[in-house]
Amino acid sequence: MASQPVHFPTAPHRSDDDFERDLHTEHQLINMGPSHPATHGTVKFIVELDGENIVNIDVQVGYLHRGFEKECESGSWYQCIPYTDRLNYNSAVLANLGFCMSVEKLLGLETPERCQWLRVLAAELGRLADHLTRCGAGCLELQAMTPFLYGIEARELTWDHMEMLCGARVTSNYIRIGGVKHGMPEGFAASCRRFIERTRVLLKDFDDVVTSNRIFVDRLAGTGVIDRETCLAYGVTGPILRSTGEPLDVRKQEPYLVYDQIDFDVPVGTKGDNYDRYLVCVEEMHQSLRIVEQCLAKLEELGPGPVNVLDPRVRWPAKGRVFNNMEELIQQFKGVTEGPRVPAGEAYAAVESANGELGFYLVSDGSAMPVKVRCRPPSFINLAPMSEMLKGAMLADLIPTFDFINMIGGECDR
Amino acid sequence: MNDFGSPVLRRLLDGLPGAALETHADHGDATAVVERARVAEVLRFLRDDEELAFEMLSDICAVDYLPKSPRFEVVYHLYSVAKNHRLRVKVSVPEDDASVPTATGLYPSADWMEREVWDLYGIRFEGHADLRRILLYDEFEGHPLRKDYAKEKRQPLVGPRN
Repeated sequence: MASQPVHFPTAPHRSDDDFERDLHTEHQLINMGPSHPATHGTVKFIVELDGENIVNIDVQVGYLHRGFEKECESGSWYQCIPYTDRLNYNSAVLANLGFCMSVEKLLGLETPERCQWLRVLAAELGRLADHLTRCGAGCLELQAMTPFLYGIEARELTWDHMEMLCGARVTSNYIRIGGVKHGMPEGFAASCRRFIERTRVLLKDFDDVVTSNRIFVDRLAGTGVIDRETCLAYGVTGPILRSTGEPLDVRKQEPYLVYDQIDFDVPVGTKGDNYDRYLVCVEEMHQSLRIVEQCLAKLEELGPGPVNVLDPRVRWPAKGRVFNNMEELIQQFKGVTEGPRVPAGEAYAAVESANGELGFYLVSDGSAMPVKVRCRPPSFINLAPMSEMLKGAMLADLIPTFDFINMIGGECDR
Repeated sequence: MNDFGSPVLRRLLDGLPGAALETHADHGDATAVVERARVAEVLRFLRDDEELAFEMLSDICAVDYLPKSPRFEVVYHLYSVAKNHRLRVKVSVPEDDASVPTATGLYPSADWMEREVWDLYGIRFEGHADLRRILLYDEFEGHPLRKDYAKEKRQPLVGPRN
């Protein structure tokens, strides 16, 4: 049978005017999140779109609100430290450190030198893990699996060494009021040096596939731009502020612990876009490795010894004395059941976390329970200008911008 | 009034006489308690004065001092990048009139932080254009960081909304 000719419907006639006329468009609201595969972090965006361009974003946070401050205000000072672990899952040590430094400020404690070097060592491992996640997951969300695996391998090594140091990979609970849990275990320094070497290789591999990759650069360069003045007005700190060229870093501006004795540089960007943020983070990882090397050398030079301040207000007495003396037994009992009593007053101490200034404002009334534990969360404050950074941009720019803001739900929502 | 050796407090006391009701510099943190009605004026002075140059309002939080009166305190932490100094400004807020003038006109960072204080403490910020809850959901009743909100209190889950 002969095939029938196919009749296509004739296209409607279009005049030249039709092609000139603007298409009728209206703004469209779309929901992204709270659980979206392309964002790491539980957050909801209500995006107003004009075609593919962003007109406005309403960022809705709070999905991970656990009442961090309420819990802290109903326990002892020591019970707060494990809660601070749960703020930022990548760099729990930095939150431990901020809290303990603030309590020590209220108590007027000066920690021993060995402890300070150990704190810096642990803090830099935390920063490294955080930046590795930020850069690795950032690539993953832009559909690049390989660099993510390089980043996560390095992060695993970081967490292995965190585990050697304090017994836990993620929720470290390492920093204590007036000291750290314990010093370096045997073989730690040698293992850590091997890890640094391996991490440098992984960072080189990461760099080779990503940094000058055309697709990656196109997605990041010129997107999510923010200038220095807007950053300061919004209180933004950390790699976002440094990507605009402002070298603000609490470690340099107000050196705490032994950062004034350590040789490291603060990288800055020039344009304030996502690509600069990426470059700043990569360079900060190399600087962190440099700092860890210096800490290891110094700790080996100092040798084993006490890592805690010898203050009966925060330390338990030696076990041998507890078993044989009444006074020490009472002191141990009080130390366990109610923890330290912190003199009345208020104090604010800040550390440079991976996302920016992480501060703790504490108020004590002289009892064993804090009146106020306020965490200044860099994730929360850095997220606020996000709609400012993306006005007029394409919807696809939202993904890398959100990623390099590096909002951590636990810290943002507390 | 005593400046406790802090040049920042000295400049504030000289530049705006009578604005500070109380000062201290415990643990090295310069602190000024100011009158509630003048808080916007004080913050504007702190931001615009060349010697102080507080470009960054780094934190706002509240403290509940129940059963003291006035019950609340709103605490501002300021930081100057150019001068590398800090100042804490505090305002007392009574329970029956829990409101403070907003700082959003001076510092955009105040937007989210004031929303958080409103959400968790129920302190209103007069003049804030968009004072919604931020960490909790709209149906939540009460303000959980108040000391008279029981820690064990549970509220029903709400379903999805459009």
